[in-house]
Amino acid sequence: MSVSARDLRPAGPAAHEHGAPAADPDVKVRFQNVSKAYGTIEVVRDVSFDINEGDFIALVGPSGCGKTTMMNMLAGFTRPDSGAVLLEGAEVTGPGPDRGVMFQDYGVFPWLSVEKNIRFGLELGVKRKMTKAQKTETVEKYMAQMRLTDFRDAWPKNLSGGMRQRLALARAYAANPHFLLMDEPFGALDAQTRSDMHDLLLEIMQAERKTALLITHSAEEAIYLATRILVISARPSRIVEEIRIPFGEKRDRNLLDAPEFIELRRHLRDVVMKQYAEQQALG
Amino acid sequence: MQRLIEFGWRLLPFVAVILVWYAVRWSGIVDQGLLPPPHLVFLDIWQRSVDGTFLVDAWMSIRRVLLGLFFGMLLAVPVGFLIGWNRNIRRFVDPLVNFFRALPPIALIPLAIVYLGIGEVAKVAILFYAAFFSGVIVMYEGMSQINPLYVRVSRTLGATDWEVFYKVIVPLTIPHVLTAARVALGVAWATLVASELVAAQNGLGAVIQNASAFFQLTTIYAGIVAIGFIALVMDALLRAASRRFLDWQERVVQ
Repeated sequence: MSVSARDLRPAGPAAHEHGAPAADPDVKVRFQNVSKAYGTIEVVRDVSFDINEGDFIALVGPSGCGKTTMMNMLAGFTRPDSGAVLLEGAEVTGPGPDRGVMFQDYGVFPWLSVEKNIRFGLELGVKRKMTKAQKTETVEKYMAQMRLTDFRDAWPKNLSGGMRQRLALARAYAANPHFLLMDEPFGALDAQTRSDMHDLLLEIMQAERKTALLITHSAEEAIYLATRILVISARPSRIVEEIRIPFGEKRDRNLLDAPEFIELRRHLRDVVMKQYAEQQALG
Repeated sequence: MQRLIEFGWRLLPFVAVILVWYAVRWSGIVDQGLLPPPHLVFLDIWQRSVDGTFLVDAWMSIRRVLLGLFFGMLLAVPVGFLIGWNRNIRRFVDPLVNFFRALPPIALIPLAIVYLGIGEVAKVAILFYAAFFSGVIVMYEGMSQINPLYVRVSRTLGATDWEVFYKVIVPLTIPHVLTAARVALGVAWATLVASELVAAQNGLGAVIQNASAFFQLTTIYAGIVAIGFIALVMDALLRAASRRFLDWQERVVQ
């Protein structure tokens, strides 16, 4: 229970010493003794971990345990009470276009057509260095990749949940962020659509790797997508276990039946269930 | 054919009202002398239209209502923004809005006359008052319903404060502006007669008041029908504009 992620991490260069500057150039994000409370409710307690370039991290844990708070601190929506979230060595002070975010309820703009949603990030001041042709090319590319070209003029209200989430992904990618932060993005989708989205995400990640952080309840989703899983405790959030996923970047559905996958899933479920029971006890 | 049926459906409630009107008259519940039949009312409207006086009256009233609505919304939109956007402004302004909103415009007429005289300004000011307070409340209720998720998303795409405002907040506000305008328009028409109590020589409200002085019930009804009709047409125009611009909105009834 009291094992921290640091103890589980393989002994590496001294970059893991807290307070030391991020000497390791691969370290993109560092959560450094981060704590956060809302009123009297302690949500996150002394969490430390690193995200390296190209990592796909899944935060898995019971609902209400503070995973979203951790992501929001990296996204810049909220700040830690103590400790720091460092992005390339500098403290995160607010949201920015280097960190794309996907939400469970899509967040696609209902007043813009599919095409204009994808274009939104490109029309903002920060991206205006692109020529008009480059913008159009970018929009078309992701629209096609997310199979939305036939729906370019459709309003989001006429799209299914899966299509809306594809639209959110296309829009996030079009803005070309370095990081992709996902807060239970597939939680509202049915099983078939969810599994489609997993493959689509793996596909686009293979084409254009982003350093990613995924929040999920699903052990299977976490193992299938992530390169590293951090199991989060019942509130207040601490990291109880870190699991490295040994499957590489190229993955497909066959993996789901592999004995290693099934074994990992069993283990992860056990760990999460234990935390879930503790969260229940908290009420 | 489809359009004809659609048109029939729109007409139906009015046909029903006219039938009830006749029925009440013939039933004898109300003294026949106190309830002119609909055809005489329409005849009165027709005659007054032909000799032109009614058109002048209607135009004067429409002008006052539109000016009141225009200035009312001109102020209601930014004030609604400020109240919806900032909690402290809301806490300060909210009780004031509710205090002034509750005052019947008719109670303000003496004050309007004292400070603004008996010209057009006083009449428009009363309509402005009515339009502003009904509009502003719809505006800021709408503003407070704006989902902060969209602001967050736009920030993660790199939007500056200004871009958040005009690319996210403004489009999300337009539906509320149109609703506020519809509500304010209705209230402005409802306040018209009161505003034309300020020494009006013309206008539909003045027609009604003058007729009431001479107990011309048919003309009173003619004025009422005309006000209702014009208000209906204006509301239909605003609704058509809403449909045109707000195609993207989810509606419970399509």
